[in-house]
Amino acid sequence: MRVVPFIIASAVTVALITTLNTRLTIGGTKAPAFGNFLSPQHGFWQNAEPANTDFSANLNFPSLNGKVEVYFDDRLVPHIFAEQENDAYFVQGYLHAKFRLWQMELQTFAAGGRISEILGDKGLEHDREFRRLGMVYAAEIALKESEKDPVLKAECDAYTAGVNAWINSLTESSLPIEYKLIGYKPEPWTNLKSMLFLKYMSYDLSARDEDFEMTNAKSFFNADDFSKLFPLIQDSLDPIIPKGTAFAAQKVFPVPPLKADSVYFNNHDLAIAESFKPDRDNGSNNWAVSGNKTKSGSPILCNDPHLGLNLPSLWYEIQISTPAFNAYGVSFPGAPGVIIGFNDSCAFGVTNGGRDVRDYYEIKFKDDSRSEYLFNGSYHATRFRIDTIKIKGKADYIDSVAYVQLGNNWCPVMFDKSYSGGRNTNNKYYAVRWKAHDPSEELKYFNLINRAKNYDDYNAAAVYFHTPGQNCVFACKNGDIAIRTQGEWPAKWKGQGDFVMPGTDSSFLWQGMIPQDEVPYQYNPERGFVSSANQKPVDDVTYPYYLGRNYPEYRGITINRRLNAMTGITPQDMMALQTDNFDIGAAMAKPFIVANIKEADLNASEKKYFDIFKNWNCRNDVGTQGATIFEVFWNNFDTVVYADEYAKAPKLIMHPFFSTLLEEVLKDTAYKFLDDITTPQKETLADDITKAFKKAAIELQEIDGAGNLDWEKHKATRINHLAKLAPFSRLNLPIGGGNRNINATKTDHGPSWRMVISLTPQTEAYGVYPGGQSGNPGSKYYDNFVDEWVAGKYYTLWMMTANDKNDKRIIAKMNFSK
Amino acid sequence: MKFLVSIILTALLSFALCLFMPWWSIAIAAFAVAALIPQKPGKSFVTAFIALFFLWGGLSFWISNSNHHLLAHKVSQLILKMDNPMLLVLATAIIGALVAGLAALAGSFVRK
Repeated sequence: MRVVPFIIASAVTVALITTLNTRLTIGGTKAPAFGNFLSPQHGFWQNAEPANTDFSANLNFPSLNGKVEVYFDDRLVPHIFAEQENDAYFVQGYLHAKFRLWQMELQTFAAGGRISEILGDKGLEHDREFRRLGMVYAAEIALKESEKDPVLKAECDAYTAGVNAWINSLTESSLPIEYKLIGYKPEPWTNLKSMLFLKYMSYDLSARDEDFEMTNAKSFFNADDFSKLFPLIQDSLDPIIPKGTAFAAQKVFPVPPLKADSVYFNNHDLAIAESFKPDRDNGSNNWAVSGNKTKSGSPILCNDPHLGLNLPSLWYEIQISTPAFNAYGVSFPGAPGVIIGFNDSCAFGVTNGGRDVRDYYEIKFKDDSRSEYLFNGSYHATRFRIDTIKIKGKADYIDSVAYVQLGNNWCPVMFDKSYSGGRNTNNKYYAVRWKAHDPSEELKYFNLINRAKNYDDYNAAAVYFHTPGQNCVFACKNGDIAIRTQGEWPAKWKGQGDFVMPGTDSSFLWQGMIPQDEVPYQYNPERGFVSSANQKPVDDVTYPYYLGRNYPEYRGITINRRLNAMTGITPQDMMALQTDNFDIGAAMAKPFIVANIKEADLNASEKKYFDIFKNWNCRNDVGTQGATIFEVFWNNFDTVVYADEYAKAPKLIMHPFFSTLLEEVLKDTAYKFLDDITTPQKETLADDITKAFKKAAIELQEIDGAGNLDWEKHKATRINHLAKLAPFSRLNLPIGGGNRNINATKTDHGPSWRMVISLTPQTEAYGVYPGGQSGNPGSKYYDNFVDEWVAGKYYTLWMMTANDKNDKRIIAKMNFSK
Repeated sequence: MKFLVSIILTALLSFALCLFMPWWSIAIAAFAVAALIPQKPGKSFVTAFIALFFLWGGLSFWISNSNHHLLAHKVSQLILKMDNPMLLVLATAIIGALVAGLAALAGSFVRK
């Protein structure tokens, strides 16, 4: 043996292996450990799914009670046929995990404030915010409530067992590629994780409030200006439940506290604001038309939920067929059941209710230890929740959050001296009262609606939907159509919870919930359709409860106008409506812009853009330049009108909405804010419009110069990979639409699932989502629906029957048994 | 003859070990073959280098080809910052080859 050369060669070999086993930092980012990552038998090559993969398999799991057959069609949609219902949920969990495990786990880590475990300390701020909001607390309460119900308990247990059956079968090489890239491994699934996922949806859909911004706005502006900037209602409102509808007699009478004016409405303290916010446009469209408006004579139901656009997609298409029900639609990887879809009798969908169900109370503690808080004149003991946040590569972070009892509810004191998130907290304490902390079992709605046969079944299912409140739309083969502005909503007095409230006594607490039989609904209305697009659910004048402000109204107006005018409707007409790019806000604004602009003051370049705008048809179609010009103009118009008044405002403050400026100017061409208060002369609407257009033209020249004047290029819609890895994302998609269009496709947000169901005797169903059934970027099924979605095309949704087992659409079959 | 047999043995043993063990078991395979079949150190290095170059290069190319290079296009942009699947195959082959070559070099010193 040649000792010295042997030692040197061995040492070099070991050093090389060690280096290749380490995640090196290259160019500021951590690279995967290259040895393992590149190994063709372990690393990412194993995720390069052969184009002709056969997904067929025979699988045995002792926890199954019967046989389950799964047929995959050519879009990789599974059609599950189970002898036992809970076996179907087991298989759903198994398939969710097989195709979407990384996303499922990431979403629950985000929900539970555990991102730091994966990303290191750059996730800490997010984790603290989510834990302090009480996300885990809420999920634990939901789990307790759901597990009280033996049906749901068995459903969740089966689902979880299915997810874990897949996780247990994983090897190093079969891990999803993201685990290999980031360097971690999945942990077992639990029922709590499903609840965390559902609370994440609650966060996304019901944690949007502007209480702090509004508090600052109320403090900064006088009452008159405030009401002009933040009106409760717009003239154009066309509510979900039409004006003039009679409501059930009021049973809960919320009373404003006597000192509401002195310590609440007229309190001019400035507050803090949140750094994390769900997208304001998390909304949706849904409608159902009755048979007397359709060509076939059967109802048609349509739904397109607008959410953040991501890959892998939020949705997973599925058919679940058991002896008790047969449902098809989209499911959430992370939860059992079909969320939006149809069964053999009816179709069902949701849009977001969007009411304010998250309020803040200022808490007075006896001292900095936070161990006692003042409530109704005496001090009470605080409960502490100690959160240990694990951080990759660093020591754990221990966070202690005080919980105080406000009425019957223990609420987390989300903001305190230890948690400002770099913001000015004025050293105050704010507890959060969020409806999602209350016990509820939303899974029960999905369980029941999947098997609903008629309107009564739908009503019985809907009342389980508490938070996030949803406009539940329904249509049935017997001809019924209906909508409920469903949710368990706090009954508020006028103005309650618009701002941060005093939390030292019970007078400002929520005084009750609106009873379920007072939830506004429509059942087979005379106009022949029901619809919702996140607008205000009812007319304030006649509905007894306070509904707040900030509802987007324009999509709803377009939908209702169009549906009113339509007859002999076909599913194809509905697809055209869902993908319609008409901007009614622009159509309302354009005439007064054209009428008021001082055309003579425009130079050649400004004139060029103005002419394009003048000839624009107010549609945000691909190739239109007017849409880009309008958007850039309006941003400048908004600035010209309000920037002077806001010049000295606190940084975190509410800004008026598009609809406010538009409708105030339409109502009053001498709108107070048009005047620039920094100049001696009085500016007019014409001055502001001309000035704004000139400013816009400078920006437009730049956009034009870069070749991006066409609306779709300017908007640049993209579908980001959840870890924002560009090669795994789809960028610069040539699609029209915008946030006031029925086709509400914005830059990274929009129709996450489009569905049209015609309830003819043989159901005709169509749908598409911007993604693909596989979450693996190395699969051809990863993003194969995207181009169809961009083109506004739909797939035929195939409700497979037991007789179709030899259909040529089937590409694989999985057998599950004991 | 030894040369050819060593190449084939190294490749086969590497493949077999990697079915059950971590990726660096290719070093064990290369080391063992070099120790059992004596060759000059330089030749041992070249033997294992060629074996793993073709094993890893071949496997990754074969996998990628049946994937229509879909994933390699994406991962090459991620790792190499350029869209070049074949460069990713080459990188895979060279890394496997280097590790095996060095391990074989060490193995060859066991005998002499």
